[in-house]
Amino acid sequence: MTTTTEKATWRSSGGVRGWFGRQPGWVRGIIVLVSAILAFLLPYAAEVPLIGPQIVTEGIDWPSALFNMSYYVLLALGLNVVVGYAGLLDLGYVGFFAVGAYGTALLTSPDSVLYADTGWKWLMAVPVALALTMVAGLILGWPTLRLRGDYLAIVTLGFAEIIRIFATSTTTLRGDRGFASIPHPPGMWNGKPIFGVTDAVPYFWLGLVVIILVILGVRNLDRSRVGRSWLAIREDEEAAEIMGVRTIKYKLWAFAIGAFIGGLGGVLFAGEQGFINSQTFVLQFSILVLAGVVMGGSGNMAGAILGGALISYIPDRLRGISLGDTDLYEYRFALFGLVIIIIMVLRPQGLIPSRRRAMELKDREKEVAPQ
Amino acid sequence: MSEPHKETPEELDRANERPVDEAAPTGGAKLDEPNPSPVRGEEVLLEVDHVTLRFGGVVALNDVSFSLRKGEIFGLIGPNGAGKTTCFNAMTGVYRPTSGAIRFQGESVVGKKKHEITRGGIARTFQNVRLFPEMTALENVMVGADAHHKTSVISALFRLPRFWSEEKSGRARSIELLKFVGIVHRAGDVSRNLSYGEQRRLEIARALATNPTLLCLDEPAAGFNPAEKEELLQLIRKIRDTGVTVLLIEHDMRLVMGVTDRIVVLEFGKKIAEGTPAEVRDNPAVIAAYLGVPTDAA
Ligand SMILES: Nc1ncnc2c1ncn2[C@@H]1O[C@H](COP(=O)(O)OP(=O)(O)OP(=O)(O)O)[C@@H](O)[C@H]1O
Ligand SMILES: [Mg+2]
Repeated sequence: MTTTTEKATWRSSGGVRGWFGRQPGWVRGIIVLVSAILAFLLPYAAEVPLIGPQIVTEGIDWPSALFNMSYYVLLALGLNVVVGYAGLLDLGYVGFFAVGAYGTALLTSPDSVLYADTGWKWLMAVPVALALTMVAGLILGWPTLRLRGDYLAIVTLGFAEIIRIFATSTTTLRGDRGFASIPHPPGMWNGKPIFGVTDAVPYFWLGLVVIILVILGVRNLDRSRVGRSWLAIREDEEAAEIMGVRTIKYKLWAFAIGAFIGGLGGVLFAGEQGFINSQTFVLQFSILVLAGVVMGGSGNMAGAILGGALISYIPDRLRGISLGDTDLYEYRFALFGLVIIIIMVLRPQGLIPSRRRAMELKDREKEVAPQ
Repeated sequence: MSEPHKETPEELDRANERPVDEAAPTGGAKLDEPNPSPVRGEEVLLEVDHVTLRFGGVVALNDVSFSLRKGEIFGLIGPNGAGKTTCFNAMTGVYRPTSGAIRFQGESVVGKKKHEITRGGIARTFQNVRLFPEMTALENVMVGADAHHKTSVISALFRLPRFWSEEKSGRARSIELLKFVGIVHRAGDVSRNLSYGEQRRLEIARALATNPTLLCLDEPAAGFNPAEKEELLQLIRKIRDTGVTVLLIEHDMRLVMGVTDRIVVLEFGKKIAEGTPAEVRDNPAVIAAYLGVPTDAA
């Protein structure tokens, strides 16, 4: 009986989200399925008459741009757990991406000191690298448990910088020289490896599969005791604890799960590129992903996906378009900043706001409106 | 929201001087009825033992002792700043007493984690409503119900049987509690959109969801009109009748007198009186405290 009440409220909300909520279960299922299939067909977007050529990137091969989008989306999904759900402002998220990528490189690259002992294939390195990122998540989470807001942001920022500087200055992690010949993911098709060096499409598909699994996992957590605990912590940490929420445990889980998803992005990235060095993991990266999450709609997976895709797509799309003598790509951060400002002015709750966030903002409007 | 209603000295005066049932404009005939708690025993549930709590120079609690018996409705009253909320905070692990002991069912709660105390059986509401504003009413109550759940992250992630059974029972129980406090029709609404009265009721439902032995209500009637107060009174009795011991902080003297079995009065962190409502009402120190006359001049 309460489900009817709940649906009734959901129904009454407007926009695409409201419309989607009003559809019966099977319609929603079909919509989700069709979107997933369309996502898998994205590499062939250029074939679509008229709009196709407008969408695809010019300065960078389209499947590669899609693959870039896929790991940015993963990062946005992971960061959304930490920032959007648990409300822990993490500015050093790129650190986990780096740990995932370096973990893979250390275990598989011939340049690694461990190579003689391991020399593993990519797939064998994945679970170890992911376990490593989760540990890194706990290492960051543990000492920062008491921090919130600005203070947490500063410490996490420092964390990412420590990892980058560590990678730059220790001989084991090889700084600029980096790790080459990181093996690609396994698999053969018609006698040729699926994951080669020229065609990025299979990597994109692999990324999509991982994204779908992550979405299902995070959704399961969100609609459970775990998600409720995260939200309660975000809303009022002390009240949550007084209502019996083990706040420390759930904050650590948020960090560990966020780190795990970021690490997934890292191992995929390492497997596709075959090469990483300390230049790959600059701080801008973290800020960009956070901007994507906020722009898309913090606390909401659809928003995080859209935001993550856009922060990767917009700069890539700008590549190869010249304005006078310069490539627009050179201005990417300026243009990007402009786009974010416009979006945040027009839609402060994000492109696809979480249901709750949208209501909160509406309420605020009511509060400030003259009676 | 509106400022919590505080009794003016005039109102309190009337409440003190005249028999309660005459003064009550709230259909208050029930208020002064003898109101023995049916399940009340002599067993001590909570013991506050010579508790002192200082904030820097402020002595918020000064050597306060009292004990609650199982099954009763116990009132904690006193003027603004008397230390009532601080007393709740000490009991629920928010503050640690500077000295003294607090024992719940014979076990010390001092130094325990807040969530441990809650699972141990003490639940509370807040003087200034502290719901999870962006969560629905039902979700708010389910957070409380989760206190005794054992679903792990892994079983939530993979939807293991324990997840399904706890989610189902937790949900059903939460809906029952929303019915119990009378706001089940708002179950799917985000709690910040609930009216003030509904929010206060929701806080009670959320606290009850943790399955408490002792429920502490911090001024649950603040800002209520007489009709709402009367409804709340019924609710508190209903809660007591389910076997939960209730500790009530309240400013409205009539409400406290009508519903409680025993009362402790605090002033400036000190206990100045203890006894049945009738005893406390006639205590000159209490009257003086409420009228703002210094105790020694009374
Ligand atoms: N965190 C704190 N830090 C410093 N002083 C505090 C703190 N909390 C309470 N106090 C002080 O302790 C005293 C008791 O406060 P408390 O909130 O317990 O009063 P109260 O009886 O609940 O009053 P009210 O009826 O206004 O709610 C007050 O003087 C208050 O200023
Ligand atoms: Mg108080």
